[in-house]
Amino acid sequence: MKVLLVDDEKELVTTLAERLSIRGWEAQWATSAEEALDRLHAESFDIAVLDVKMPRVDGLLLKKKMQAICPAMKFIFVTGHGSSRDFQTGASEVGADYYLVKPLNIDKLIAKMNEALQR
Amino acid sequence: MSYRSILKPAFWDHEDVAAGPHKHLFNFRRIWRSAVILTAMVALAPLLFMAAIDYNVSQKAIEADIHYQTARLVSNTRRSISFFFSERKSALDFIDKDNTYAALSDPLRLTALLDNLKKGFGGFTDLGVIDARGLQHTYVGPYDLAGINYNDQDWFQDLKESGVHISEVFLGFRQQPHLVVAVKHNLPDDGFYVLRASIDTQKFNDLLREVEVSGEGDIFLVTREGVLQTPSRFFGNALDRLPLEVPAFSEKTQVTGAHLQAEPLVVGYAYVQETPFVLMAVKKKSALMKPWNDTRRQLIAFLAVSISGIVLVVLGVSTFLVNQIFEADHKRVAALHKVEYANKMASLGRLSAGVAHEINNPLAIINEKAGLIKDLFQLQRTYAADSRLVGLVDAILYSVERCAKITKRLLGFARHLESKTQSVDIVEVIHEVLGFLGKEAEYRSFTLAVDAESTIPTIESDRGRLQEIFLNLFNNAFAAMEDGGRLAITVRRAGADFIAATVSDTGCGISESDLKRIFEPFFSTKTGKGGTGLGLSITYGLIQELGGSVSVRSEVGKGTEFTVRLPVKAKSSGENKSESPVSG
Repeated sequence: MKVLLVDDEKELVTTLAERLSIRGWEAQWATSAEEALDRLHAESFDIAVLDVKMPRVDGLLLKKKMQAICPAMKFIFVTGHGSSRDFQTGASEVGADYYLVKPLNIDKLIAKMNEALQR
Repeated sequence: MSYRSILKPAFWDHEDVAAGPHKHLFNFRRIWRSAVILTAMVALAPLLFMAAIDYNVSQKAIEADIHYQTARLVSNTRRSISFFFSERKSALDFIDKDNTYAALSDPLRLTALLDNLKKGFGGFTDLGVIDARGLQHTYVGPYDLAGINYNDQDWFQDLKESGVHISEVFLGFRQQPHLVVAVKHNLPDDGFYVLRASIDTQKFNDLLREVEVSGEGDIFLVTREGVLQTPSRFFGNALDRLPLEVPAFSEKTQVTGAHLQAEPLVVGYAYVQETPFVLMAVKKKSALMKPWNDTRRQLIAFLAVSISGIVLVVLGVSTFLVNQIFEADHKRVAALHKVEYANKMASLGRLSAGVAHEINNPLAIINEKAGLIKDLFQLQRTYAADSRLVGLVDAILYSVERCAKITKRLLGFARHLESKTQSVDIVEVIHEVLGFLGKEAEYRSFTLAVDAESTIPTIESDRGRLQEIFLNLFNNAFAAMEDGGRLAITVRRAGADFIAATVSDTGCGISESDLKRIFEPFFSTKTGKGGTGLGLSITYGLIQELGGSVSVRSEVGKGTEFTVRLPVKAKSSGENKSESPVSG
């Protein structure tokens, strides 16, 4: 399965990508919305893991743009601000499949991704 | 409860709070005192002023009336006495003029005249004719007084000058009180003779006895030297000495005051002309003033009742009004405080949310890096078997997890400030809050016990508020308990619509008098220990906002038990957001 990880923290996405690769996922990463869209134009992904809070274009908007390019894609949101009401509202509006709070548990993340992909 | 505490208004003991940082606008005791003094003055001053004037005017009028009555009595009586004497004197004058000296010297003629006088006027007892040498040569009467010489007696000498003599009362030869009236008749040859008559005093005693004297009074004749001439009611019989001083001479009737054995008297007197007599009327002032004293007693009683009534009304109204102001002010301060507290909590919430968010990112990186190290270790045989290395990485991951819990709680704290209704598992909330206090409980060796029925439903409530409520209750319990205490929480259903959570501790307990006030803002028993007196007040407010209620039972030395009843369904149909995942 191909997964695209988007977070402005490069250290986080690179490490996470490597860990997912170890677990058999084909993981790519991007550190901004622009970069993520470029990658999506180049190749297709089954699922994206997006940070909600990013400079310039946030995760919610990015999801809309990505969905426009690749409607079948599934999404997981990751946030450092687990309880933000704005996020909840946004998440329900754009229809995020799931969201997780940092720091992530890799097994839980994989379980959620599998769950999302099976829908 | 003592009468004092029943009567004492709520604002009375409020100074300690007013001195605190959240000042009330008013000094209630001072307002109360000013209100009482001012209204009492405005109401009482005219009343007292009018009463004083009325009192004085009435007293003066009554005294003037007594004076007038006494003067009139004395003056009338004097006229009667004067008339009595002038009548008898005129009778003797008439006899003188109607008879020649020779005719009067005839005892038969004189006897006939005495008989006529007795019949016509009464009171005459004898009649005698005295020549210029003072010899009574003719006498008719019950005694043998013929031939007596009066020449060396004072009255005879005076008579030569004045022509008329009225004697003082004396006993005389007969040992009977009587007086003498004598008139001088000049003869053509420069000689003279005197017609002398004795008059029984009974006649004018009767005259005075008939006079009605008010005020337990007495009226009598007295000589200028103070010898009683007629019997008196209080000062003895005729010829006794009067225990009062005879007032100085005055032509007119006078009224004056005197004292007899500290008893104040009203004395009216008049000098009876051409006689040695002074007419005196003596009245007891206390008896005269009795009607006034009765009136005065009524006046004073009326005044006392009026003043008591006014003072009671003034006290009642002032206390009521000041209490109203106090309660309004109290509410104002409490509201202000709640707003301040909410603001403080909001700032604190924003701050902790910011901190939590900032820490979460580096924490996520540590988490991933350590996770990767573990992954790498487990992929390579050399390290996979090295349990020590894996253990170290697990320790890092465990610590990251702990940090993550802390940041989650901080975020949860920020979330309190947003009011929202959601499905809440109250038992979970209680465990969560106990988790906050876990360390302290451990250090102080508290036993924490949660006992929940398995059928407790999730309730529609505000998670943040519930957390705050239980945090406050647990904090109070912890503050009340000695090390090694036991905090027990039970959750039960209370009817179909409510659940009841009971928080009981083995702390110092709350006294009965404090128990009534613990939910009042600013009421704190943790004086000097940093208690704001707001914790339970806010808890109470929060429980009410959630549509619940709270009750408390306590026993000093044994412990305290708070029971929080919360509705299963929220009252308002407000926003109901779920935190469970939403699918797209």
